[in-house]
Amino acid sequence: MEVNQHSAVDVHEAHAHDEHHHGHHDHDHDHDEGNFFSKYIFTTDHKMISKQFLITAIFMAFLAMGMSLIFRMQLAWPDTKFPFLEDIIGRWGKDGKLDPGFYLALVTLHGTIMVFFVLTGGLSGTFSNLLIPLQVGARDMASGFLNALSYWFFFASTIVMCSSLFVESGPASGGWTVYPPLSALPQAIPGSGLGMTLWLVSMVLFIASSLLGGINYVTTVLNLRTKGMTMTRLPLTVWAFFITAILGVLSFPVLLAAALLLVFDRSFGTSFYLSEIFIDGAPLDHMGGSPVLYQHLFWFLGHPEVYIVLLPALGLASEVISVNARKPIFGYKAMIGSMLVIAFLSFIVWGHHMFVTGMNPFLGSVFVFTTLLVAIPSAVKVFNYLTTLWKGNIQFTPQMMFAMGLVSTFITGGLTGIILGDSTLDINIHDTYFVVAHFHIVMGSSAIFGMFAGVYHWFPRMYGRMMNKTLGYIHFWFTIIGVYGVFFPMHFLGLGGVPRRYYSNTAYEAFGTFIDINVIITVAAIVGGLAQLIFAFNFFYSIWRGKKAVQNPWKSNTLEWTAPVEHLHGNWPGAVPEVHRWPYDYGKPGAPDDYIPQTVSYAQTPESNTADDLKH
Amino acid sequence: MAAEATLTQETPSKTLWSGGKSPFNVSWGKMMMWFFLVSDAFTFSSLIIAYGAMRHRFAEIWPKANDVFTHFPFIEGHLPLAYVGLMTFILIMSSVTMVLAVDAGHRRDNKSVAVWMFLTIIGGFMFLGSQAWEWYHFIHGTEAGAYIMQDGAIYRDAANAYELHASNPPAGALVSPSNELITDKAAIEGIKAKAEHIHGANLVHNEYGHPLFADFFFFITGFHGFHVFSGVMINIIIFLNVLAGVYARRGHYEHIEKTGLYWHFVDLVWVFVFTFFYLV
Repeated sequence: MEVNQHSAVDVHEAHAHDEHHHGHHDHDHDHDEGNFFSKYIFTTDHKMISKQFLITAIFMAFLAMGMSLIFRMQLAWPDTKFPFLEDIIGRWGKDGKLDPGFYLALVTLHGTIMVFFVLTGGLSGTFSNLLIPLQVGARDMASGFLNALSYWFFFASTIVMCSSLFVESGPASGGWTVYPPLSALPQAIPGSGLGMTLWLVSMVLFIASSLLGGINYVTTVLNLRTKGMTMTRLPLTVWAFFITAILGVLSFPVLLAAALLLVFDRSFGTSFYLSEIFIDGAPLDHMGGSPVLYQHLFWFLGHPEVYIVLLPALGLASEVISVNARKPIFGYKAMIGSMLVIAFLSFIVWGHHMFVTGMNPFLGSVFVFTTLLVAIPSAVKVFNYLTTLWKGNIQFTPQMMFAMGLVSTFITGGLTGIILGDSTLDINIHDTYFVVAHFHIVMGSSAIFGMFAGVYHWFPRMYGRMMNKTLGYIHFWFTIIGVYGVFFPMHFLGLGGVPRRYYSNTAYEAFGTFIDINVIITVAAIVGGLAQLIFAFNFFYSIWRGKKAVQNPWKSNTLEWTAPVEHLHGNWPGAVPEVHRWPYDYGKPGAPDDYIPQTVSYAQTPESNTADDLKH
Repeated sequence: MAAEATLTQETPSKTLWSGGKSPFNVSWGKMMMWFFLVSDAFTFSSLIIAYGAMRHRFAEIWPKANDVFTHFPFIEGHLPLAYVGLMTFILIMSSVTMVLAVDAGHRRDNKSVAVWMFLTIIGGFMFLGSQAWEWYHFIHGTEAGAYIMQDGAIYRDAANAYELHASNPPAGALVSPSNELITDKAAIEGIKAKAEHIHGANLVHNEYGHPLFADFFFFITGFHGFHVFSGVMINIIIFLNVLAGVYARRGHYEHIEKTGLYWHFVDLVWVFVFTFFYLV
């Protein structure tokens, strides 16, 4: 029904379009009062789908964080027995000792879940869904049905991924990048058995979800902007989601190809990724391929994926920082331009993950060059954040704290990126904790900080209630101390040569001396982890018991705050508002208030109009 | 209000992107189809580039398509490219009938739409059938077959090495992986004793040469065939809808255009597959 209604839209007749929307709204208003299942489960309303993504992602984030705490404990206290492990993970933690194979599985699933299920599905799924229609002034996504389907593919892929925890040979254990031949040969390690198959099935479902979401986001931004919403009046959040969606549409299909070829190598006897391999002295009966082929295909997705994770967070931070600094974002068009440049560059830097694969050094130096270019647009963004804060009337709300935390981690992690991007330096610290520290700070922490900023900022828009500020501050300070406490010392481990993914470092004289640092890291991880319980409590408590929100609690300009607090399927009870100005008129000289919503026309604000405004 | 109107009036060149309408004047459905096709194009491109990279890497022992696909139904002899040329022609003709179906849709001529859709479906099935036939011959292989050593080296029977036919190699001679003719009886027996005699190609072995040739051939043409199959299924649904008068009642045939986009895309992909597997 939904689909037919939309496809009936004739774009040649704008008038008919409007009428359609009204009819659409009436229809869905009935829908809103449907039963539990149609309202909460099989909904096609973008606001509800966004909450479905968020809750699923929170669950997955706690799962992946719990895994990291378990393997951090192993690294800090390799000789200590933790009897409670046996209660949680059964035979994998027999007598309180973490099984070495399961350690690898935990590392693998921690990475997979965090990268794909929390920071891709969770971040884009939540905020693209919530904010694209509301901020561009649309009744819903272009296709509510495909949008719901996107969530259900995502949900199915989380179920498949989690189910791999319960198979006898254990989940995938070859690292989140699942390089063949380790991942291609079930006889290699137990984790390359059924667990690996489930990992691949889960990823194929995830790619389908990402594709359905992505084409919906792109189409909605292009086609369904309300009257007056030119591309350069879009909030930077929408620009970020738009560019992210394009990245996803272009890069995930390549991962699909890589994953399908791996499925064939594993299950049907092909040898795309299998070169000359001898097992127990006998050659494998199928060979002749190249494992490096997989790495090329994987990282062609893998690098854009970094920006799929990061860009939405940067977009959310742009909005939050501008609103809470009560100043226009500095360099609005430079922000858009730098995101576009980052997106473009992300497709031509994948080789910097492969400097030690035997790559031609000349080709490597090309990748070094393109990689270091990324520093330019990234620096543009950082300086724009800082100059937005400069002399601002800063409101230290929890979301602002997290947004500034993002700027901090983005700088810290970005600096080490310059070191890793240079092949001559990278080769020395390749595959050490330096790399782990770098990407956890620049991508992991920045993205999760952006996500927290988004949750605190748009919580009233999602649930009609406010989150507790005090708990928000406590959450922030413990989180940022935890993050730096965990990842800052890791740089030194990496410089000392400690390799990643090792079950225990005490067996090696050179690395065993770092045990004290590992203890500090693990203690910081536990503190940071416990702080997330404060967030979880605040989040769920506030859904039901939080202070009721007013319509525009942060005095923002963007369209989502012009819709009533109560959710309507169709977003606005009357006509969709029209847009007359850009979204960042904060603290404008001459204006009576320190914000002017996008719906206010220049004719209503003669006292604050500038010569530039009248040109529009 | 009047003042507001003058102040916010846009110049005509800007109005396309000023919101409230689609800047490209297309419905969301068609736009989503385009983005889906872009995405799918990336999947196929990555597969074809992977194929190209591996072929380049193993250029010396890569089979020549002209030695592999030489059959034509009911006709004896060495006819490289003939059958796949016919297949390609059939698929391109089905694109033509699809164009005519879309055009009939624009004229809202329900009967013509049904006829052209039906012909498109027939073309799709003929292509799929041809592909099955092509696979059958590739899997079945030659009567003489080839000898594969434990290290993967493949010695073809000289009868299958068409490039040597002009020099009339003796019956039973073998061709080494580096394309040297082996006529010495003792050497041939020695190879045969150590090697496994195989016929045709599958995902593990390939009598025509490097196993990756067969791996990529089965995977890419299979993946493409799956797309064609899905396209035929979608076309059948659309065809039934046309017969039921769904689009005539709706007043427009946009669904035909969307499936048409998909169908042309699948044809275009085949042109690339054909080029890189058969022609170059």
